Amino acid sequence: MSTTAPLEPIGERLSHTWSDRRRWPLASTGGAAIAAGLVLLPLAFLVVQAQQSGWDQLKHLLLRHQVAVLLWNSLRLTVACTLLCAVLGVGAAWLVERSDIPFRRPLAILLVLPLGIPDFVVGFGWVSLDPGLHGYLAAVLIMTLSLYPLVYLPVAAALAGIDGGLEEAARSLGAAPRTAFRRVVLRQIWPAVLGGCLLVTLGLLAEYGAFEIVQYQTFTVQIFTEYKLGFDTVAAAALSLVLVVISIAVLGGELALAGRGRAFRTGPGARRPPARIALGRARWPSLLALLALCGAALGVPVGSLVYWLLQGGSTTLPPASIFTATLHTVLLSAAAAALATALAIPVSTLALRHRNRVTLLIERLSFLPMALPGLVIALGLVAFTVRHAFSLYQSSFELIVAYAILFLPLAVVGVRSAMAGASPRLEEVGRSLGSRPIEVFRRITLPLIAPGLLAAFALVFVSSATELTATLLLRPTGLNTLATQFWAYTTNFSYGAAAPYAGLMVLISAVPAYLLSRRMNRA
Amino acid sequence: MSHLTVQGLWKGYGAKPVLRELDLDVSAGSLTAVLGLSGCGKTTLLRVIAGFERAERGALTLGGTTLDDGGTYVPPERRRVGYVPQEGALFPHLDVAGNVGFGLTRAERRGETVPELLEMVGLAALAQRLPHQLSGGEQQRVALARALARRPEALLLDEPFSSLDASLRARVREEVHELLREQGVTTVLVTHDQEEALSLADKVAVLRDGHIVQQGTPAELYEHPADEPLARFLGAVNLLDARFSDGRAETALGVLELRGEPAAGSAAGLVVVRPEQLDVQARDQGDGDGARGFAGRVELCRYYGHDALLHIRPEGEADDAKVLLARVHGAQALPAGTPVRVLAHGAVTPL
Repeated sequence: MSTTAPLEPIGERLSHTWSDRRRWPLASTGGAAIAAGLVLLPLAFLVVQAQQSGWDQLKHLLLRHQVAVLLWNSLRLTVACTLLCAVLGVGAAWLVERSDIPFRRPLAILLVLPLGIPDFVVGFGWVSLDPGLHGYLAAVLIMTLSLYPLVYLPVAAALAGIDGGLEEAARSLGAAPRTAFRRVVLRQIWPAVLGGCLLVTLGLLAEYGAFEIVQYQTFTVQIFTEYKLGFDTVAAAALSLVLVVISIAVLGGELALAGRGRAFRTGPGARRPPARIALGRARWPSLLALLALCGAALGVPVGSLVYWLLQGGSTTLPPASIFTATLHTVLLSAAAAALATALAIPVSTLALRHRNRVTLLIERLSFLPMALPGLVIALGLVAFTVRHAFSLYQSSFELIVAYAILFLPLAVVGVRSAMAGASPRLEEVGRSLGSRPIEVFRRITLPLIAPGLLAAFALVFVSSATELTATLLLRPTGLNTLATQFWAYTTNFSYGAAAPYAGLMVLISAVPAYLLSRRMNRA
Repeated sequence: MSHLTVQGLWKGYGAKPVLRELDLDVSAGSLTAVLGLSGCGKTTLLRVIAGFERAERGALTLGGTTLDDGGTYVPPERRRVGYVPQEGALFPHLDVAGNVGFGLTRAERRGETVPELLEMVGLAALAQRLPHQLSGGEQQRVALARALARRPEALLLDEPFSSLDASLRARVREEVHELLREQGVTTVLVTHDQEEALSLADKVAVLRDGHIVQQGTPAELYEHPADEPLARFLGAVNLLDARFSDGRAETALGVLELRGEPAAGSAAGLVVVRPEQLDVQARDQGDGDGARGFAGRVELCRYYGHDALLHIRPEGEADDAKVLLARVHGAQALPAGTPVRVLAHGAVTPL
């Protein structure tokens, strides 16, 4: 007899979840229904808003020359930025993970840190150095430097996770090193590359602040202008729907492209770290290239922040309290993080422990906000509250809910992976030892997923604390967060006064980015 | 200690039934092994008894109380059925004492119960260890102590030894067996290892395609298998043509006592002869036809140390299916090519 248990067939595997289909767990079902409702609410009311003035008017709004310009602007920006991010991300990841480049560990951290700097702060960093910087090339430069870590991180993780034995096997089957890389390694990191590029594209479609700073007209900028300056809610809603359609198309395209690669799984057995490749004469030039990348993405924004901090600020705007802004930011973000994490628990519980078509649909829905720019969610919530809940219009509560919807995917990813690591077998043993389901959740599930909950909370907190677009739209009159106060100063060219606010935001978000890169290094 | 019965149990996922009309009877305080290949429904059976799955049809009773009959359903926490899953499934966030005391009340947890249980499984010194600091065998014993802590009326063990390596397995198996005997708890153990089932259990139930094919003591099953696949599943076999008369079977290996009646009084059929029933002797070149036994030649010798398994091809036989298997003492292992004579002893079972 072999010492390992033979594989049970799929039917038996699947059954290792609670299959008590007749009874839906009340609490989880209720929570998940609320999450799904919240995700769909802004979309539904955008549709209501857009068709308010009839289809003819809509057609007139959408079939304008301006919409074509916006499409062209978004397209050329997206293609250039995504390609650049892919090249920089994969190249940097390969150098750090697979070559003998010196100073690998500090580099691995430096390369991820730009993720902790909000895009509009990167824009501020460059433009405050060179006020002449604007238009297409400036937008490409700033967004590439802000977003390339989104490709670097997953690709580095994938490269680090590849079994070196696979490459050796390919070599022994007669493949030259380059061929082995192309046919084995590239195939394995392909889903990571695509996933990173998807995040870059969605980030580009949702960005507002950085483009406003370099005066580059995209959908988001136009929607914001229509709504905030033109007070044209119908046009804003119509353009938002176009943006949503584009984002969902991108999401679908990525799913289709990566579909087969995702199914790839490594079998059991010990993994062998792959051999590093000697760069030879290219070693120091490669290091210089990576340092230049870090300098542009990290050095310039941080440097100009420090410069303006030392300059001190004089401003024509009314004085504001950085303490109050910080307090508001922390309170709003903490509330949003708690709400998003709380909603992610029932969604993950249903998706993992009561798997069926409905719960699967709810789980998919919870990822939809990935394709919904913050501006779109904010406009949808405005459309809803103005019509049906005016007392909530521009309330802190509305803003918290907007954050929670916007960053629900982050929370679900964190909670779901933690929940998947907590075997349902443990919960069953708990039941057989006399604990009711609610006790089992408190005594077994909760302690096991606590780290995942904490990670989810931190991610949503940081994202909310640096959110600008939805905040500008939804904040209660007179309430300022770090992001909005920074924005008020920057658009008034009071760079010195803006710098402390950006500095605080960078500090808040650099911590998780640093922890993320540390965890990567250990893995 | 309670009598556990399963009657006419049906359970499936989607359209395909996993358990079909399953009957199982485990008398109070006994250990029944459910033996089957992977995928035959063993784990599903345990999960229905534990209450993690609901029966579609059929009835499940413990000590006379109905636990599940399609209508009534007692949830797992009210069943008093202990469950030891594969690999133990210890709570990783609790130490050994915390794991063992999980099912007890707060007051009980502070009392003497946990130390006593740990003493019983020989792990008193490891109370503060976390599960990942334990060896596989220790984890298994903690899982057992945890399940026994609530004094369950029945205990379910799901392939409890399959994750242990061979040298450890035999020892842990003995320890667990000893413990269960002392506790006298009604136990159902599922396994795919026929040696484990035969050596540990009071009764063995063979599960095939969601149905119990045969249930009985280990000796009954080994000696009176219901059909050929079952005979082969329980150990290596030789199937010999035989003619039946007066409770005897005439075979090529001699006239042997017949155990049980041949089907419908037929005059000829197949009998099962286990490899350990064959006597093998080297044959001299000058050996005449008058010598007793069946002439053959050793084709292959698998040497295991304590014994050896010989593959013997009858002289002039080309059919591989007619090759005989003989288990002999290690000291009597004969090299391949040796001419031999084969005789059988003991009683044989007709199929």
